[in-house]
Amino acid sequence: MEKIINFTTDYTRYVLKGGTKFYAWMGVLALLSAGALYAFYLQNTEGLIVTGMTSQIHDGLYFANLVFLVGVAAGAVTIVFPAYVYHHKGMHEVTVLGEMLAISAVIMVTLFVFAHMGRPDRLWHMLPFVGIFNLPGSMLAWDVLALTGYLMLNFACGFYYLYAKYTGVPVNNKIFMPLVYISIVWALSIHTVTAFLISTMPARPMWYHSMMPIRFITTAFAAGPCLIILAFMVIRKNTKMWIQDSAINLLATIVTWCLGLALFLTMSEIVVELYARTEHANGLYYLMFGLHGLTSLVPWFWSSLAFMLIAFVMFLIPSVRTNYKLLPIACVLAFVGIWIEKGMGLIVPGFIPTPIGEVTEYYPTFIEVVMSVGNWAIGFLILTILLKGAIGILIGDVKFNASAVEKSPDFAHDGATATSAPR
Amino acid sequence: MNPDKKTAANSCPEGTPACSARPPAPVPSGTGTTSSRRNFLLAGGTVSVSSLMGAAALMAQTDDPKATVEWAEHFQTNYRLMTPAEKAEARARLERRYSAQYSKKVTVDTTEALPGVLMGYALNIRKCIGCRRCVKACVEENNQTRGKSPGERIEWIQVLRMERGEFAQDKMNAGYPEGLGIQVGGNAYTPAGQVLEGQYHYEPEAVPEKDATYMPIACMQCEKPPCVKVCPVRTTYREADGPVVIDYNWCIGCRMCMGACPYWARRINLTTPVLPKDEMNPVTHYLGNRPRMRGVVEKCHWCLQRTRQGRYPACVEVCPVGARKFGNLLDPESEVSLILARKNVFRLKAELNTFPKFFYFYD
Repeated sequence: MEKIINFTTDYTRYVLKGGTKFYAWMGVLALLSAGALYAFYLQNTEGLIVTGMTSQIHDGLYFANLVFLVGVAAGAVTIVFPAYVYHHKGMHEVTVLGEMLAISAVIMVTLFVFAHMGRPDRLWHMLPFVGIFNLPGSMLAWDVLALTGYLMLNFACGFYYLYAKYTGVPVNNKIFMPLVYISIVWALSIHTVTAFLISTMPARPMWYHSMMPIRFITTAFAAGPCLIILAFMVIRKNTKMWIQDSAINLLATIVTWCLGLALFLTMSEIVVELYARTEHANGLYYLMFGLHGLTSLVPWFWSSLAFMLIAFVMFLIPSVRTNYKLLPIACVLAFVGIWIEKGMGLIVPGFIPTPIGEVTEYYPTFIEVVMSVGNWAIGFLILTILLKGAIGILIGDVKFNASAVEKSPDFAHDGATATSAPR
Repeated sequence: MNPDKKTAANSCPEGTPACSARPPAPVPSGTGTTSSRRNFLLAGGTVSVSSLMGAAALMAQTDDPKATVEWAEHFQTNYRLMTPAEKAEARARLERRYSAQYSKKVTVDTTEALPGVLMGYALNIRKCIGCRRCVKACVEENNQTRGKSPGERIEWIQVLRMERGEFAQDKMNAGYPEGLGIQVGGNAYTPAGQVLEGQYHYEPEAVPEKDATYMPIACMQCEKPPCVKVCPVRTTYREADGPVVIDYNWCIGCRMCMGACPYWARRINLTTPVLPKDEMNPVTHYLGNRPRMRGVVEKCHWCLQRTRQGRYPACVEVCPVGARKFGNLLDPESEVSLILARKNVFRLKAELNTFPKFFYFYD
């Protein structure tokens, strides 16, 4: 018990200490987070009318971010899998960082769920015992279960590992390894179920195809590792922790092939839909070329495609992939490209036209942007804290019964991570 | 053929007999003044006491007792799980609150599904003249929000305007896309007949228009409703007598049902509904037309407050050409059953296996 209390206090103390850069970064994030709180207040006094959503297009920026971030959370498995299944040494050292990323991503997903809901005050209607879960019918209910489970698994795995490191007691593999294997499969499940969430609705022909889960997973395993590579670059630059080249290179390889697959699937969809060009292709057509003169998503689609293609070519060339000056650029391009493709580019055109053929457009309002940026800021705030604490333990700065906690290194994120958050 | 051809503008003029079909007030207006004021004061007092007890003002963001949602409302369970006693309690709570809020005696009916009844609806698309009286009557009957901005306006019925189509000789050889050698007739994209193109914002001088046909659409009350399947908290469900209803107090506003509906029948209350006191229909049903709150989904429920009392839905009653038919599918002598037996009927988007109980027919 004493150990747990010490762990908590040492961890907190270590996390709160930092240099100017650290406090500046956290200050900016806190400021942006306050914006999200204000937007949340507005949404729950005025209603969702402060957003650009309508009865025609009733999922927008929030749902888009939600879907994308589920992918980022699932993407953490690209570290865990090579580490524990292929016993990749470089990855094994940093597994816990991937788990921390997964935790923050799932928390961000939760925030976007709150932002999306018309009545967040009634969330208890979904709680076990007091509420109702529409199982096995509702995909959303399954998704909530999958996400909650994934959050708990990562929390358990991550913090148990850190606690073991902290106390110096070796990890009990009889408990730990099953959890790790479950979390690997679970990571696939969260994104599969999220894909099912939208692909099981015949009312929305643009989403109604069985390719959705695999497309979700390929894009997730491209976007997730991109963010992880960026985070690793920042960590290498700003902390005492050294992340091996082999880990970064493996992640870059994973991104390459997943991005390639994602592009291939996009191409397949375009050919199949536009060759016959039935009414069911209207959504995709709207996205690519516009419909009835409404074209607000067209630039988004083509810029996303361009970003992903450029990134893919960059990743394909080994000398670029292993060049740590160019790699972050490729990562940012891929990350932003996928964010557009899977977010705005997937969710919004699903509603255009509506099932009765009405073509309307969706423009996120300023409030929505403030909320989205704020939610990302809260996520990065949590990510920074989690990564900092984890690194402190991994490099031995935080240790049980250490005579004194060493002065914490100046750990701060620089622009690289900040730009990886869209807008 | 149509008597209303000249006079019927698309927005229903005041005083047209068909338009002024409002449900009768439960209290005679002459004697109602004093008693309703007393009720109002009484109810207002109760509400303020309960708000003090439960700090309801905190939840409702206002001190105005009329707009205050009673504290207990936040903790009541899903309507289907309530015991009869709890239902009675919830009903009394709502009647008290609504009466105070709208300054008149409001009743909240909780009549259960009628045994031996399966409600069905049939619409004669040949007869519909596109006057949209049904749309207006529905809004008035069912207490939809009717504010100024688009987000504050909800209509459950859409009357889709369909082009009759025009095939022209001069387009015959205009291939599309030109030059690629792909053969498409120049008249290929001429709209004709029942296509879903979402044209319900038409503003003609008079209806029906020569070059158009009309197809009203609303909730189809599917026998296998996809919206019910996707709801994570079972707030929307199919009642035993047919209609798919929503417990507005249990809805979390996730809008999954709106995405799942192939008929675009559902609407989200983006903000607190705008419902002027004098326009509010005080005859309500718990699962039907009682005033909704911000952030919940609503849709057509075949006027449960009327149909469970043996009356027709408002749209059926108001239709000037008798295009709308409503009745009990289990009764072989009901109008709807006779239509199903004798006319050519079809269901919209039948390929989706939602099995609507809303049928289209023509004669």
